[in-house]
Amino acid sequence: MSRDSIDSFPSQAISHEECVGAMSNLLEIRDLHVNIEDREIVKGIDLVVNRGEVHAVMGPNGSGKSTLASTLMGHPFYTVTRGQVLFDGKDVADLSADERAKLGMFLAFQYPHSVPGVTVANFLRTAVNSVLGPENKMPPAQFRALLREKLALLKMDDSMAGRYINEGFSGGEKKRAEILQMAMLQPKLAVMDETDSGLDIDALRVVADGVNSLLGPDLGVLLITHYQRLLNYIKPDFVHVMVDGRIVASGGPELAQELERDGYAGFIEKALVAV
Amino acid sequence: MAVTTPQDLGTGYDVKYGFHDEGTHVFKAEKGINSQIVRDISEMKHEPQWMTDFRLKSLKIFERKPIPQWGGDLSEIDYDDIYYYVRPMENQGRTWEDVPEQIKTTFDRLGIPEAERKFLAGVGAQYDSEVVYHSLREDLEKQGVIFLDMDGGLREHEDIVREYFGTVVPPADNKFSALNSAVWSGGSFVYVPAGVHVDIPLQAYFRINSENMGQFERTLIIAEEGSYVHYVEGCTAPTYTTNSLHSAVVEIIVKRGARVRYTTIQNWSKNVYNLVTKRTKVFADGTMEWVDGNLGSKLTMKYPSCYLMEPGAKGEILSVAFAGSGQHQDAGGKIVHAAPHTTGTISSKSISKEAGRTSYRGLVKIYPGMVGCKTHVNCDALLLDEDSRSDTYPFMEIEEDDVAVTHEATVSKIGEEQLFYLMSRGIGETEARAMIVRGFIEPIAKELPMEYAIELNRLIELEMEGSVG
Ligand SMILES: Nc1ncnc2c1ncn2[C@@H]1O[C@H](COP(=O)(O)OP(=O)(O)OP(=O)(O)O)[C@@H](O)[C@H]1O
Ligand SMILES: [Mg+2]
Repeated sequence: MSRDSIDSFPSQAISHEECVGAMSNLLEIRDLHVNIEDREIVKGIDLVVNRGEVHAVMGPNGSGKSTLASTLMGHPFYTVTRGQVLFDGKDVADLSADERAKLGMFLAFQYPHSVPGVTVANFLRTAVNSVLGPENKMPPAQFRALLREKLALLKMDDSMAGRYINEGFSGGEKKRAEILQMAMLQPKLAVMDETDSGLDIDALRVVADGVNSLLGPDLGVLLITHYQRLLNYIKPDFVHVMVDGRIVASGGPELAQELERDGYAGFIEKALVAV
Repeated sequence: MAVTTPQDLGTGYDVKYGFHDEGTHVFKAEKGINSQIVRDISEMKHEPQWMTDFRLKSLKIFERKPIPQWGGDLSEIDYDDIYYYVRPMENQGRTWEDVPEQIKTTFDRLGIPEAERKFLAGVGAQYDSEVVYHSLREDLEKQGVIFLDMDGGLREHEDIVREYFGTVVPPADNKFSALNSAVWSGGSFVYVPAGVHVDIPLQAYFRINSENMGQFERTLIIAEEGSYVHYVEGCTAPTYTTNSLHSAVVEIIVKRGARVRYTTIQNWSKNVYNLVTKRTKVFADGTMEWVDGNLGSKLTMKYPSCYLMEPGAKGEILSVAFAGSGQHQDAGGKIVHAAPHTTGTISSKSISKEAGRTSYRGLVKIYPGMVGCKTHVNCDALLLDEDSRSDTYPFMEIEEDDVAVTHEATVSKIGEEQLFYLMSRGIGETEARAMIVRGFIEPIAKELPMEYAIELNRLIELEMEGSVG
């Protein structure tokens, strides 16, 4: 899938006030600071993700990537002390996680949780219908067909639908199940937190194919990863390097290759100089 | 008649479960208990002398026995402030048409699902102390299955009743079994002949409908060799301000190779003391399964028991309890290995919220020489908030070495992470919590007949409403 960088800028042709809302950035993070208890973890991040763009975020362990991801999704444990998150031009500060999901935000978890006794099918039916809203509930037959289609897309066995969500799933199965959920919910923004870790080589390709098939002009993706390998399959438009709660460098796909070759040392030094 | 239009069905817990009809009672004994009242009850029912004597002997035991000091707080029960017998109408309706409109309205408002109405021919529904409607499906009758209220059982099958009544739970077992034995009324009598497989669940609905009225139903189930029956008991009760006492006794005899399943979902109103003795004797290669759900009541003390009397006997107890504000569910089960090579399982799931309290109390007893016995106990507690409480009292009296006894217990809280995970998929907080709770009890819910599983989930949703925050 090739993407022209022109697409990432709002068209010059916008002139009507009404269009501003419709054409605003999909995700805009402005000077975001996040605390865990009294400790600042995210220390001022600015980032714009437009429709149709794939952004990769890379950075050393503990640099705050998952904290950023959870904060975007509205985890109550993380406190935003400064800055804003705008989704479709709307400040989401006061929205709970389910309200953000209803707007079209999605987080594929680094460590997905299990919910004993709740089957994948039941969970997804509830989730899909919550997101669609009470007026637009999906008829059961349509739901089942969609679920079967998406299971096939991710090369998951139909029997997975009857398993309790993430209960006893292998690491790789959990990651696939996250993308299955994404495929079912069809969000506008997908934040994927290390979806590639724990996947074997074949599974990585399956998951990447699954993600690629969901890409399109309306979907924005924020891909958190440690490895260039994933980026061979899912081609990013932009790569950002996050060190100690800040984005210290942004660039194109070549930046990921540079990281793969040289590691983070140079960037950590730069980050120290910057402080 | 105080009949309200059914439109307000389902608008909320109180409307749905808290209503009560007025004025069908034909006879009401005076409050309190003494030998004259016990004699009156027996006389009114035209009982044989041996039953009158049994009741009077039981009353003496009741008076003599101390109030249990373990379990829940029983100190507030005022035994003089209870009606021990209430009789709603003179005769039982033999067909649905004979059942008074007002009582039908009550069943309507209880929301007995349409699916069950087709089984009405096999439904025994208890209204107040006595069964008002009780009929047998014709093919059951042809198979020789007896399904009557206990009073009718005594009238029509005195020989069978006399042989078994009080043999599984003797009056002297505990204070409340003694009380029940003195004043019992209603309940079911089920007799399944050898080799007969009853393929529809036999169902009964119970309901306390008179303020300060005690309900003392008595159930006796006899499953002859190689037979099978599933008995289902469900209760809802209206809300009253003063304390009510419900003290039932259930006795079950499972003969060689027979299998009995007994399912209860109790949802007594939050002022009821629910003190029930349920016990089975299981003979060679027989199987007893208790599925016991406790959602309502102020205090429940109930430990369905399996006495495994001969080799190959199996006992399984599934218990689920939900305790909200002001409630204490003291529930569990007992497996007594009285023969070698017998097998038992107890699985308990309890949920507490808003300072509600659940206790698992269980006993596994293996007598000396009972080699090759196996028992597994599993109890899981889920706490919905910081104020709630759960305790475990797993008594093990193992007097034989050549046995396999395992025990697992877990206590968990609804985690913020688990909740966030569900909510991040668009599921609202209330629904997410309910989902976690439903998932927690799923291993038991899936053992229930479908209508009951749905009812259980709906009751839990009602209980969960307002627990957010
Ligand atoms: N729930 C928590 N409680 C306490 N500290 C936390 C919590 N979550 C994150 N942290 C801390 O915040 C910092 C950033 O963690 P985060 O998980 O965001 O890093 P990360 O960049 O995702 O790392 P990794 O690459 O290892 O996944 C770490 O120091 C971590 O210990
Ligand atoms: Mg992380």
